[in-house]
Amino acid sequence: MASAPDPRRTSHYVTNAFYDALVTDFADWQNDDMAVGDVALRDSARAFLEREARLLDRHLLDDWLALFAGECLYWVPATPGGGDPRLEVAVCLDDRRRLEDRVFRMATGSAWSQIPQSRTVRQVTNVETFATGTEGIFMVRSNFVINEFRAGESRGLAGWCGHRLRRAGDGFEILVKQVNLIECDQNLRNPSIII
Amino acid sequence: MPGCLEKMKMEELKPPAGRLANAAPSFDWDALVHDDRVHRTLYTDPDIFAAEMTAIFGGTWTYLAHESQIPENDDFVTTALGLRPIIVVRDSGGVIRALFNRCAHRGATVCRAAAGSAKVFQCAYHGWTYFNTGKLGGVPWPEGYACDFKDAKYNLAQVPRVESYRGFIFGTLNRDAATLVDHLGPMAPIIDQWLDRHPGGRVRLCEANRLKYKGNWKLAYDNSADGYHVKFSHRSLLEMENRLKVGNQKGMSFYKDAPDDSPMYVQYLGNGNHFKDKRPNIEQRPGALWEIEGAHPGMEHFEERLRDRLGEAAARALDLAASEPVNINVFPNLLILGNHIQVLQPRAVDETDTTWYGTAVVDDGNELDGAVDDVNTLRMRTLENFPNFGEVDDAVNFEEIQRGLMAEEDEWIYMHRGLDVPGRIETDENGVITAPATDEVFMRETFKHWKRLMSSPPKLSIQREA
Ligand code: FES
Ligand SMILES: [Fe+2]
Repeated sequence: MASAPDPRRTSHYVTNAFYDALVTDFADWQNDDMAVGDVALRDSARAFLEREARLLDRHLLDDWLALFAGECLYWVPATPGGGDPRLEVAVCLDDRRRLEDRVFRMATGSAWSQIPQSRTVRQVTNVETFATGTEGIFMVRSNFVINEFRAGESRGLAGWCGHRLRRAGDGFEILVKQVNLIECDQNLRNPSIII
Repeated sequence: MPGCLEKMKMEELKPPAGRLANAAPSFDWDALVHDDRVHRTLYTDPDIFAAEMTAIFGGTWTYLAHESQIPENDDFVTTALGLRPIIVVRDSGGVIRALFNRCAHRGATVCRAAAGSAKVFQCAYHGWTYFNTGKLGGVPWPEGYACDFKDAKYNLAQVPRVESYRGFIFGTLNRDAATLVDHLGPMAPIIDQWLDRHPGGRVRLCEANRLKYKGNWKLAYDNSADGYHVKFSHRSLLEMENRLKVGNQKGMSFYKDAPDDSPMYVQYLGNGNHFKDKRPNIEQRPGALWEIEGAHPGMEHFEERLRDRLGEAAARALDLAASEPVNINVFPNLLILGNHIQVLQPRAVDETDTTWYGTAVVDDGNELDGAVDDVNTLRMRTLENFPNFGEVDDAVNFEEIQRGLMAEEDEWIYMHRGLDVPGRIETDENGVITAPATDEVFMRETFKHWKRLMSSPPKLSIQREA
């Protein structure tokens, strides 16, 4: 029997079923009746997101990649809500291999959009947790403000994230990170940092 | 629609009222555009930018929108012609118009939406209401006016010449311009080839990767057929696309060694239009384009699905998901490249939006045997590659040019690669100029055209419904 394809080298898991689940999972999840009041869960989700922000601010991208499940998605929609990615392009829509491409490119020494490299500080706030239909899988909503300094100029990026997290050991792994920039459908200047 | 011109009232435009003709800035264009170089102020001077926004954007045929954005009567999109806010609408009678998004009363825009469907546009400020032909329908409390609102001057202004070429809608304020198809000339069959690889010879515009850079709009237009920058500006992309070393060299690898010795070429086709053709680098057989497509989400899964479903015919379907290796550049603002329709929108002398519209395959005739959805699913992902991993680096390099050009005393920008090199550049009997991939002849010719437009700007006019 052939072993399962390695998602770092080939993309077999991004199927119609994957897209169907993505669209469904991200359609209607931020509802009071699905909110999880458990303070411990919220606290551990918040700690997870804060660590993620720290890794990104410190440019520890390999460590950041390790937060994701093998079969994962990093998704920055180009329209509010994101629609169905089979019908529209996204600002970013990275499966495991493309996410590793993104990190690889940054390290080539010739990714001019990041030379000089951006310095960022991220505030992650308003963390709320929501149950899904699946045991051990949670949705987390958080707001973010990123102050970015690059090439002599400072700017701000703001929005909110939906993380689809699966319990793994003591912590979580990211199945999907959806980043919703408030200006996602506008012309963006140098959108080359990972958000 | 020449017929409808007769119903229209033309207004010839004079120097803006209140500004004395001799107070307008004037330039010695010959001193600024040489055979081998152009002056830095073409990219930095706000007065030259202002002159371009009338002499070029609107002075010549300028791309406005794609018909697939307004498929039904009453559909509209908002855009700009230079800096003028514009509503491109398919009116209730089916005529495509480019209305000035500017209330005839005191100037507010009458439409704030990016797109939609509307039979009328009502100004939010005092409620004047216009039909989507631009004609004034009514004003609140008309008894307070002594004027005759049937006077055409109270209707919305509109672009006097609006024409489409195979779905691409252009407009110009130059009433005397040649027809669009004559203006495109030898570009028209190149656009045909780009469309005709698709079922039914057409595409549908979809959502876009939208980018902005702090630099002059011409930096992007100069770049669009520039084969000289690829190996350097896109070095990280070339490395990334080949990092897994699977199969053929991916993407633009044909730029890596000696691009001028390769069969690709660049052409200048008149009126500022140019064309970079990379297709000759690729074997002319179904499936060859797909084989050099870079990795993207779902690639292997959907490829297997298409091969299972279509057998041999999968090769053509997969090629439709792969990026077409051409740059078709229609001066001043339409860049058809890969599967993108990229539109340049100047915002200021040093700020430009580049919107990379995706295009989807439409297969009403079922030429792809039910596979069109899978093809588009792959195509959305291949469309994302270049804006994410290529264009961001170019855009930052454009910004660094804008920064470098602040060195006021160092005046010249050179574009003389290929100039006077014997046997390098060919001109055919129709005036089409062909040169090796990294040649800058297309820029030199474009600036000659630019100089012609700037030195003797066409007479501009607007029109209103009568
Ligand atoms: S500005 Fe439009 S109605 Fe007054
Ligand atoms: Fe480029």
